[in-house]
Amino acid sequence: MSALRPDLAIIASQIEPGKRVLDIGCGDGALMAELEQFKQVDARGMELDASKVARCVARGLSVVQGDADRDLADYPDKAFDYTVLSQTLQTSERPDRMLAELLRVGQQAFVSFPNFAHWRTRTALMFGGRMPVTRALPTSWYATENIHHVTVEDFRDVVREQGASITRSWFLADNREIGALGSNWRAEFAVFQLSR
Amino acid sequence: MASVHASNLYKLPEDLPLDSGQALSGAEIAYETYGTLNAGKSNAVLICHALTGDQYVASNHPITGKPGWWERMVGPGKPIDTDRFHVICANVIGSCMGSTGPASMSGDGEPYGMRFPVITIRDMVRGLIALLDGLGIDRLHTVVGGSMGGMQTLSLAANWPDRAERVLVIASTARHSAQNIAFHEVGRQAIMADPSWADGDYYETDAAPDNGLAVARMAAHITYLSEAGLTEKFGRRLQDRESKSFGFDADFQIESYLRYQGSGFTQRFDANSYLYITRAMDYFDLAEEHGGKLANAFAGSTARFCLVSFDTDWLYPTAESRHIVHALNAAGAKVSFVELSAPHGHDSFLLEHAELDQVIEGFLE
Repeated sequence: MSALRPDLAIIASQIEPGKRVLDIGCGDGALMAELEQFKQVDARGMELDASKVARCVARGLSVVQGDADRDLADYPDKAFDYTVLSQTLQTSERPDRMLAELLRVGQQAFVSFPNFAHWRTRTALMFGGRMPVTRALPTSWYATENIHHVTVEDFRDVVREQGASITRSWFLADNREIGALGSNWRAEFAVFQLSR
Repeated sequence: MASVHASNLYKLPEDLPLDSGQALSGAEIAYETYGTLNAGKSNAVLICHALTGDQYVASNHPITGKPGWWERMVGPGKPIDTDRFHVICANVIGSCMGSTGPASMSGDGEPYGMRFPVITIRDMVRGLIALLDGLGIDRLHTVVGGSMGGMQTLSLAANWPDRAERVLVIASTARHSAQNIAFHEVGRQAIMADPSWADGDYYETDAAPDNGLAVARMAAHITYLSEAGLTEKFGRRLQDRESKSFGFDADFQIESYLRYQGSGFTQRFDANSYLYITRAMDYFDLAEEHGGKLANAFAGSTARFCLVSFDTDWLYPTAESRHIVHALNAAGAKVSFVELSAPHGHDSFLLEHAELDQVIEGFLE
């Protein structure tokens, strides 16, 4: 097997063979390639960066260059069994609308994001007094693509506001899965499975 | 590379039915092939050419002597690798490089001229399908085309969905816009305003409507280039002179360039073919053929699609490709799409572009 990023590995492990999956912000297509190769999944992708799309096409993947904030509207309702949004929610113009779109286009959705309430971020802000630059958030405030930082608890709230429900959740620290207890402090990254 | 030679000629065994309700009898299709067809006939790649293109995709043009129009893309070790693929490129009907068109002899021994029936993009593809039937190729590995070639690939995918596994559409559109039609109409009117056009009946005379055809080409050529590309290449620079002539010579380099392009074009292209092919492009509206809904055109398609647009192409801008992608998504088809950045406008698909090479090579894998 490959060395998938830990949040992607969790998502990949949850998707049953033969399903239809849309990976939004698919990057170089690592998750899609894994799903197609090992689970005969019908995977489609959306990616903003043209050179990453070109690399995906060169790998034989079906990827459309597009802006998820705008172009998800092009997909019919429930066109996919799963939609995947990995570490992209916090770059969205309107994460709440994005979540609604994920569950319109897909029966279920996987969402992963860096948790802004991780203790390392909190201490960096509390004691440094500046926007945190951490392992999980390595880019300065002025250059980051992350325009809507989110915490585990914020995410639970927005899911509730959208009338959706959380089917399962996973939390990661130091690239390893950790328990849910104190996850809003302890988790660097979170993965949620959502449905309506 | 391959030397100058006459193309293969396939005579259609039956009349070619046309969208107009007419039929073309005794039609012939001139084509070139490169690379070897494998035993399973599974490595055939059909390349569809653009408005003024021809079958000489990777061999020297017999009139101009210039290299093939996509030689940088097609050949041994190239992105469309003729060591692996059997590449077929045919001159479309209505054209003038060996396939039956208005300059061809009709049944009465006189050139068709304007008696040639008005054809459509689908009619061109019908001719290509007849050729594939004749060559015994049931299923193409890939059909690929840029510009009008892209319209043919879309038409093939929509109307003969079992004939291609992969469909590659570059810098193209599913319908001609009002602006597209307008530019073509300028060209047609330039030809028809030339006294030598003589209602299309000029083949037996010494004259041909070269002036009109040259003007048509000049107008069209502008649409193939970007404003920034023109500025970079020519700016306001003067042609072989220190100052303006206060006359109507080609003072500016861009004028000289367009005149050269226009007159060069008349050496290798027939004015009536230009009328017929631009008409076919203007009539093209794939959604209209399928109940007004483009997604219907691709319903049930199992082919993989890849669309490529260029950010400076204002003839068939990215929005047109996105429109097709939207329809393919709605139809549940497997589709990839990328807008590539290139400075040269519509013509970018013919020019050096590393990412285009990467996409095409990868899509054919």
